[in-house]
Amino acid sequence: MKQFDYVRPGTIAEAVAAAARPGAVYLAAGTNLLDLMKGGVSRPDRLVDVTHLNGLDGIETLADGGLRIGALVNNADLAHNAEFARSYPAVAEALLSGASAQLRNAATVGGNLLQRTRCAYFYDTASRCNKREPGSGCDARDGENRSHAVLGWSESCIATHPSDFCVPLVALDAVVEIEGSNGRREIALDALHRLPGDTPGRESVLEPGDLIVAVRLPPAARGFAAHARYLKVRERTSYAFALVSAAAALRIENGRIAEARLALGGVAAKPWRARAAEDVLGNVAPTPDAFQEAAWRALEGAKPSGDNAFKIELARRIVVRALLLAAAGTPARIPALPASPFASISGAIHA
Amino acid sequence: MPELNLTSAPAHLRHGSNIGQPLTRRDGILKVTGRATYAADNHPPGMLFAVMAVSSIARGRVTSLDVAAAKRHPGVVDVMTPDHKPQLAIDPEIKTNPFVFRMEVLQSNEVRYANQPIAVVIAETLEAATEGVALLAPRYDELPPLVGLDAGETFVPPVVGVGNPSEHHHGDVEAGLAAAEKRIDATYETPPQYHNAMEPHAIVASWDGDRLQIDMPTQGLMLSLARIAELFGIAQDKIHIRSPFLGGGFGSKGLMTGPPTLGIMAAKLVGRPVKLVLRREQMYGPVGHRAPTRQRLRIGADGEGRLTALDHHARTVSSTFDDFYEPAADASHTLYAAAAIRTSHDAVRVNTGTPLFMRAPGEATGSIALESAIDEMAWACGIDPLAFRLKNYAEVEPISGKPFSSKALRACYEQGAARFGWAKRSLQPRQMRDDDGLLVGWGVGTATFPALMFQAEARAAIRRDGSGVMEIGAHDMGQGAWTALAQIAADAVGLDVDRVEFKAGTSDLPDAGIAGGSAHTATAGSAIHSAGAAVIAKLADLATNDERSPLFGAGNAGVIARDGRLIRRDDESRGESYAEILARAGVAEVEARGTGAPNPAAMEEYAMHAHGAVFAEVKVDPELGQVRVTRMVGAFAAGRIVNPRMVQSQLCGGLIWGMSFALHEEAVTDRRSGRIMNANLGEYHIPVNADVPPLDVITVEEHDPHVNALGIKGVGEIGITGSAGAVANAVWHATGVRVRRFPIRIEELLTQR
Repeated sequence: MKQFDYVRPGTIAEAVAAAARPGAVYLAAGTNLLDLMKGGVSRPDRLVDVTHLNGLDGIETLADGGLRIGALVNNADLAHNAEFARSYPAVAEALLSGASAQLRNAATVGGNLLQRTRCAYFYDTASRCNKREPGSGCDARDGENRSHAVLGWSESCIATHPSDFCVPLVALDAVVEIEGSNGRREIALDALHRLPGDTPGRESVLEPGDLIVAVRLPPAARGFAAHARYLKVRERTSYAFALVSAAAALRIENGRIAEARLALGGVAAKPWRARAAEDVLGNVAPTPDAFQEAAWRALEGAKPSGDNAFKIELARRIVVRALLLAAAGTPARIPALPASPFASISGAIHA
Repeated sequence: MPELNLTSAPAHLRHGSNIGQPLTRRDGILKVTGRATYAADNHPPGMLFAVMAVSSIARGRVTSLDVAAAKRHPGVVDVMTPDHKPQLAIDPEIKTNPFVFRMEVLQSNEVRYANQPIAVVIAETLEAATEGVALLAPRYDELPPLVGLDAGETFVPPVVGVGNPSEHHHGDVEAGLAAAEKRIDATYETPPQYHNAMEPHAIVASWDGDRLQIDMPTQGLMLSLARIAELFGIAQDKIHIRSPFLGGGFGSKGLMTGPPTLGIMAAKLVGRPVKLVLRREQMYGPVGHRAPTRQRLRIGADGEGRLTALDHHARTVSSTFDDFYEPAADASHTLYAAAAIRTSHDAVRVNTGTPLFMRAPGEATGSIALESAIDEMAWACGIDPLAFRLKNYAEVEPISGKPFSSKALRACYEQGAARFGWAKRSLQPRQMRDDDGLLVGWGVGTATFPALMFQAEARAAIRRDGSGVMEIGAHDMGQGAWTALAQIAADAVGLDVDRVEFKAGTSDLPDAGIAGGSAHTATAGSAIHSAGAAVIAKLADLATNDERSPLFGAGNAGVIARDGRLIRRDDESRGESYAEILARAGVAEVEARGTGAPNPAAMEEYAMHAHGAVFAEVKVDPELGQVRVTRMVGAFAAGRIVNPRMVQSQLCGGLIWGMSFALHEEAVTDRRSGRIMNANLGEYHIPVNADVPPLDVITVEEHDPHVNALGIKGVGEIGITGSAGAVANAVWHATGVRVRRFPIRIEELLTQR
């Protein structure tokens, strides 16, 4: 394996300074990074291990009713936090639908946001990939691309962001807290990831040294708890990335939708907030017709990037279903098969 | 002479004392406590780590390797390349027998497929060797690779599988089709698949002069031994292979391939022990796989739903440099009583590693196509698919006209259908829903696999203390050979299983034959049985010829071996223990050898196959197209069941592989580069626990007096046949959509609501 420096800073400031140097990357659980390094996809000169930093592993309710999740909280702990699951059920369901139990026990909140695409041409170092090697080309464009992006892609990159967790988070207006060389700042999660354009190598707006220290859910996010679901279609029942997924959250008052939130996963280089669809769901009754209309709006502008036209129709159907499920109400317990179309099958033991 | 050396009537055996008992794995505690030593767990002193560099192109040649850069890396000891390697005693391109396949051992800089080994870096640590490989930065002259079933000129291979003719005829298929009232003409495609044993291929090799010690998982100790001896020009008795446990083989560890050979070469080059373990993605190339197929089935049926003709043609691929042809169409030889049957194959050559035996080679691939087509014909005839299969039940083997040595398939259909509740199935598709609105579909498939045997030898001994020894170089791939064969051994010498020291898994033991073709228990078991009978005969000789023995003069009447004693057949009150016999005779032990082999006379007279019926229930989301198998019942008749617990596990495993075939497994090949784009277990999908529903396996009573002395047919592979088709047929029944490309994908089920 390529030799690299390993540093374990004692404070956030030291971490930021250490990671601001060229060739440095942060290491948390490493569930993605170590695979990338073993495959020669990432060849960093320096790993800055942040797992020993203090104060990044808490889940705290804020005075304003918001929630702050430390970047080092692992996926399993967060999903199994009863208060969290009650208040943000779609987020917990999304977390539990991702990866495997072993990976969820290790993977962190911050790392999840910054995980890399699963595009096979990104992983295959013999293929051309503008994300891995800017300017080299995109072998996915004419390659095996049935699972690739249908929204927001460019000729230089058709990869998708694979996260489940980010999808309901972006729907709920999550905010990312960042420590950088110039101190602390925060941005909307929706603004964290970039669409590929001509520079797919730049996947987020983070600058060298920037460290995600927390994800915050604003007070309003709790208002959707009664009607919030995550739905994920994949090619086996567990341990598979989404072909397409959707997070739907509704605030229903007097039988009408007061406010709707909708985001899609597996369709673009970022978790895809579908604001146009949300707009048509304001102050209407939660009916299948309304959801069909929302689905059409959500996929406006979608186009196949290859052998994947089916994902557009599939995404519409998933949007409708997720909205129907959300309208029906959040189940008292997260289903044994989280986010699965088979969630309600009796006898399902685990995911 | 007592009538003990029996091969067709094991009269001295008391079946049920050991055979037939559901013993738990005798190696189970070792495995769950981590004390079972797999090949890569061995670390002889001074051992170095070897890592293969593999080609990223599929066709062309390597023009440069930066060996100097790799050697400069700290810890790198040497770099083995075509220009710097120990010479082999024989050109690896020469095929000395049908079980020798060509391998890439740095004989040239030519690249024939992606992931072909092109160099080996040897270092003090795994990490240094891995980085050394990265530093080689190979350059290539690349040619456009041949990829896929339409890559080039087709040809008819001289043989398919292992020596099967590529074409078979029985009756006039065209006349049968012309006379048919209903006709089906359908084409099915199956993808390339890779074995993906949990344990990657691994070797630890140590040379001591011209002696060679090897730890390596193998399904064929003696075939490997012979091949290594030939390649390295040393006598077989200079080589010792240990292979006590395999973390799965599935056919990919049967024959010697390039990577372990490179490990031995590396050890020779550096003069130190070397370990070489494949990375997961390196298993997608040099160690075999299942070739893709395109199968066309033309079937005719008369007005009563009886088959008038069955024409099964399979296109497959082999590598550009060697020959193995998935015998997919042969699946149509045995199952259905069509008046006329034709099977045929053709092939193209592509830039791939040579395909090899994988989980019912041919039978599985052909079965999913045949079972789908039979289902399509049943629907065309308006007949329940199980009733249709019964209507076309083969009373004799259709292609040969031979009677079956035994065939309890009707009982499999009956018992499986009853357990499943098949009678409640709607004839029409897309009629059944569950309480959640999910589409429900039920499908059936017929399972079949030939009852094969190879040749084996075993050595048995009875020791002074009355205990037994049974030695055979058998292979436990996880299927339970340590347990099942020990049970046969115990019965063979008339002792409790705990009183027999059962030795297996090393190359200094008698040849057990290859653990493949679902034939290992029958083959090794027969040798064990015969060796046991022979050693008991010797023991009986000692007793019946000694006037001091209560058995003196019992030669004509015969004796029976039971619970460590020999007793007179005609007077069970007279007998004595093994220990007493040996003590009086003053010998430390008696020993004998026995062999197991197929019986050519019986094979000439009978068709020998195991059979089964698999029933599957799937649920499909009507809008989203996601499929989940929710129930499977498999009823199998496979002769004598040595260990019901192990057999249950193997058959359940087969059902899961069948589900995997229908819904999950596919190696995705980039058609431009010839590289496999999902060479890892995250993206090459096999079922995970959440995909596997309750599985219900029934073993149907079947006594076969012809297959071998023990009546064993084998259960290793039959579970994957029938089951894949049952799942595919259930998907059709749920949705009304007939998918003919496998695995079935979500987009194909989105076409209608």
